[in-house]
Order: sequence, then C-alpha cells, then structure tokens
Amino acid sequence: MKTQCQECGAEINVPDDMMIGEILTCPDCGGDFELASKSEAKVELKPAETVGEDWGQ
Amino acid sequence: MVEVCVVYDKVRFEEKALYDTAKKKGLRAQIIDAKKITINNASKRKTLQFGDVVLQRCISHFRGLYLTACLEFMGFMVINKFKVGETCGNKLITSLTLAKSNVPTPKTHFAFSAESAIEVINTIGFPVVLKPIIGSWGRGVFPIRDEEVANMIIEMRKENDNPLSRIYYVQEMIKRPPRDLRCIVVGDKIVAAIYRYSVENEWRTNVSRGGKAELAPITNELEDIALRAAKSVGGGILGVDLMEDENRGLLVHEVNNTVEFRGASNVSESDIAGAMIDYALTIAKK
Repeated sequence: MKTQCQECGAEINVPDDMMIGEILTCPDCGGDFELASKSEAKVELKPAETVGEDWGQ
Repeated sequence: MVEVCVVYDKVRFEEKALYDTAKKKGLRAQIIDAKKITINNASKRKTLQFGDVVLQRCISHFRGLYLTACLEFMGFMVINKFKVGETCGNKLITSLTLAKSNVPTPKTHFAFSAESAIEVINTIGFPVVLKPIIGSWGRGVFPIRDEEVANMIIEMRKENDNPLSRIYYVQEMIKRPPRDLRCIVVGDKIVAAIYRYSVENEWRTNVSRGGKAELAPITNELEDIALRAAKSVGGGILGVDLMEDENRGLLVHEVNNTVEFRGASNVSESDIAGAMIDYALTIAKK
C-alpha cells in the first residue's frame, strides 16, 4: 500500500507484511516514520521517536 | 494455553521474530506498544491484558526498566526482571557484580570527580578506556592514548549537564584481536555465539557501528564464563559480551538486558527466537 511522506510529500511504499510499530524511512527526504495503523483501506504513519541517549541493548 | 506478550517501543527484527515464533508454536501472543501503556499504583493484574509472561523488549533502557517495575508490582512475570535490567543497564554495577561473583572481567576503576579521574588515568598509564556508566551501542566509549586527549575528554564530561557524566568509569585497555564475542544466553544455555569484528578505522566492535558478525565456536571456557556471568546478574535472556585477552583468556565486559540478535541470526543456525519463547514458557509455568 502507498502513502505520502508527512515531511516532503513523496510517495512511500508500505509493505503488506509490515507490523504496527515498525519504522520506515522516506526514500526522498530520509524522514523516519512509525507505522501507526493499517487497514485494508489506508495506512497511517506518525513521526518516529528520535534516538534517545538510553537507546540500545 | 499460555499467552506471551511482547512489549516494544520500536518493532525491530527481534520483536517481530519473537511474536511470529510464539504464534508459530501455537501459543497465544500479543505485541504491545509501551508508549501507549499507562499504569497506576492501584492497577490490578486482572484488569490489564499482558498475558502470562511478558518479554520486555524496549529499545529505550529506562522506559523498559520502569515499565518492568510497574508490571512486576502487579505480579506479572517479566523477562528480564527489574533487578537484572537495573544491573545490566549500568556498567559500574555490572563490573562490581561480575567481580563479586569471580567472573573474569577487565580491571575497572571508578572516580567521582574530574580531578580523581585524571589521577586514576595517570596512575594506570595509557592506553585506557573511558566509558559512560549508562549507554549502549558504544556511544561515548573512548580509547584514551595520551594525556592531552584524557584532559579534553574528562573536561567534556565535566561540562556535561547529565550528573551521571561526572561518574567516571575507567577500564584497562585489553590486548585483544580486533573482535569481541557476543554470547546469547537463554536461561542456563548458550543458544548462539558470534565474533563481532570492528570495521576499518573503528576500534569498537558493536554491530550498530558496522561491526561484522561471524559464527564463534562455543568452547567449554566460553560456556562456563558466559553462563556464570549471566547467573551473576540474575539470569534470564541475556547477551554476554566477552573479550579475548592475550594472557588471561576470556573476560566479560558487558551483559545486555534486551539483547539484539539479528546479527547472530544471520550467521547462526540456532533457532534463537524459538529458544527465547521456550524459555518464556518455562517461566510462565513456574
């Protein structure tokens, strides 16, 4: 399914097997987005959290 | 039927693998975004849907740690336990814990002011390694090879707003090949071990820094030390990181609480996620 980048308006392809919570990157502007919801009709993205100082394993 | 709950804040390869594996094993499984959870101190276990066992997989250390505290407060079984996350998330506490349990680990000095940090560094002699006590993916881990750089880095740490920045963790530089070992421990077993090679012009071996993974043999020495390290921090699902010292053999320098295993999965034939889910089942049935 396709949607639009909230930053630059480019088309972003959302793979069918993508899970809610996965991150995708806009191929044009490099913005990171989290898959917020998906249904047969539409997908919703939200800006991904930026890397925190305490991120990692 | 046992229900496994994977709690995440960002779905990576690992969280997906755990969720998919639980379902493939015929279990009930759910995956919950930690960023959407709210809990209060009157919350009751029966009103919250976190299944029978929770795999806490947050990428943010503190989010995962304090969420674990809340879930344990309500009586949920969480992997790993709060105490384990607290120990592993802090290099100073980890170093003390490993040493206390006689797990071979690099000699590490702790200083509580910039002046004493400089003094300690000068006493040990160069090179040394300075690490933040909290942090991961090799961030802020610096090899220090001379006095000028030592002064600069300590000054930088002193000026930092974060109070933890003024706790100085100074470790001997281990003479090792350009690699370290990552050992994935699940309960009382090692499910995979990999070498992580640093890339050109990078001294750190973290896969997040471009380090390359290669399958490592699970020797008796590795098994003994890695399992003892895991046990010393409280056990569970852990990533034990070791270095190969020229003279002393294997030394444990870190134990990871929410171990990433994508790199290991690419080179190991072990069913890493499967072993983790099987372990979660044994914990749920306890």
